[in-house]
Amino acid sequence: MRYMLIMRTPAGFEMPEDVDFTEVVNAMGAFNESLIKAGVLLAGDGLAPPEEGFVVDFDSTPPVVTDGPYTEAKELFNGFWIIQTSTKEEAAEWAKRCPLGPGMRLEVRRVTETEEFDQDNEYIQKEYEWREQLGTDRPVQG
Amino acid sequence: MARAARHRQAGPGLTDSAAAARRRVEAVWRIESARIVATLTRVVGDFGLAEDLAQEALVDALAQWPRDGVPPNPGAWLTTVAKRKAIDRRRRLARLDDRHAAIARALAEEQRLAATEHEPPWDPGTVDDDVLRLVFVACHPILPRESQIALTLRVVGGLTTDEIARAFMVPVSTVQQRVVRAKRTIAAASVPFEVPPREELGGRLASVLQVVYLIFNEGYAATSGTSWMRTDLAGEALRLARTVSALVPDEPDAHALLALLELQASRFAARIDADGEPILLADQDRSRWDHGQIQRGRAALARADAIGRGRGAYALQAAIAECHAVAPSTDETDWDRIVRLYEALADVAPSPVADLNRAVAVAMAGGPAAGLAAVDELAATGALSGSALLPGVRGELLARLGRRDEAREELLTAAALTRNERERAVLLRKAERT
Repeated sequence: MRYMLIMRTPAGFEMPEDVDFTEVVNAMGAFNESLIKAGVLLAGDGLAPPEEGFVVDFDSTPPVVTDGPYTEAKELFNGFWIIQTSTKEEAAEWAKRCPLGPGMRLEVRRVTETEEFDQDNEYIQKEYEWREQLGTDRPVQG
Repeated sequence: MARAARHRQAGPGLTDSAAAARRRVEAVWRIESARIVATLTRVVGDFGLAEDLAQEALVDALAQWPRDGVPPNPGAWLTTVAKRKAIDRRRRLARLDDRHAAIARALAEEQRLAATEHEPPWDPGTVDDDVLRLVFVACHPILPRESQIALTLRVVGGLTTDEIARAFMVPVSTVQQRVVRAKRTIAAASVPFEVPPREELGGRLASVLQVVYLIFNEGYAATSGTSWMRTDLAGEALRLARTVSALVPDEPDAHALLALLELQASRFAARIDADGEPILLADQDRSRWDHGQIQRGRAALARADAIGRGRGAYALQAAIAECHAVAPSTDETDWDRIVRLYEALADVAPSPVADLNRAVAVAMAGGPAAGLAAVDELAATGALSGSALLPGVRGELLARLGRRDEAREELLTAAALTRNERERAVLLRKAERT
């Protein structure tokens, strides 16, 4: 099973002044290394600051594009990992080892497999072709 | 791929019920068991004893955590409980031989252990080495291959005896026996808890990699039985291959094996049809191959190549798998390249089966006559006599050349030789049509 670990922090969250950023980077590096050495990490990346992003709002038609930083979001996504484990509990154990502090959260979501959808659907069939062209992830075991 | 997520009623959450605690114990065990056994082996100096102590701590956890809740640092809890058991055991043994001296020894030991109990349970740097040592002990050449496999899955992979037995479709008692005997053999031979010295590393690492490869093949070749567990077994082998390559990042063979496994596993979804019948490479729906996995496999092969020590047997097989993985169809496959890779493979790891595969590739690259010549050359050596493989391929090539009577005869010979019912049916059908 694949799980996505999504790092969330409150909007406007700033690292306290007394925190040594090198230590933060080292702690995260050690966490990543432990995932790699356990053979469970498939992918992961950090996200650039929200100022470089934007929001597309579907309340009106056509949708409205607003530049970041987001005005109403209470929490922001800052990065993600994709891990492969044999159970949900194993994913939870790994998530708990992530070196995050108070105010921060990890949202853990199972990644769906294409096989879970209606295989007779034309677009599900096409999706296999798209994935082939794009070279995106689709593990089958576990 | 973006799409609306299908929302289902969520199952039971991670509540603190007894069943949930039990699943947590199992999850912690899977993540921590190798480290716990490795740490204990260093402390008690005996791998078999360390494994027993860790298992006893696990039994305690299964009894206590559902009742009392899961401790804040479950890995450290298990390690500490196992260490206490080590002390108890030593005391008990000491009573039997020399009471007074034993008490003194036990106290000294207890104090030494107590002093370390408050420290973090391990230093990540040395633990990596410990886990690597554990891998080498489990795959020690004095053990028969099947014991190496059982021990690796149990102490490095954290699988239970039950799970291993189910995966290999053998009785639980068989796996238990293998594990017990293996531990006894290791103790009797006083196998040191160490990564082999540099000059011996190559040969010993080859044995480790082969164990991982055999575990994968057990999952890969499975077309019957409770297939869910066997796919898990291939997944477990992949995880072990990733672990080993992360622990010995300078060893090209470790990356090459990982590359081979990722590339082979990428075809899983396309290898079996809805009725469980195997689908041959030429007939597989290539869009169903796992392209993320293909990318990871190719990246691992590139890492092996970048070390610059040349290509070994795993790297060459991975390179062949890569040729298939990047080809849009059988016709558009670079068969010339595959022929050359098989020739290189024959140099580093001679095998009649690889030679036969090369002959098939020759037929794909240069036509059935060239392929037949290569098969006949192989047949003349007598290497594959008695196997269904050779007449099977020969019959196929003769049929393509229009030599139908000879082809039919070869296919019937192959059908008579194979022990696999499904394969026999396929061969008989082919002979009938020829």
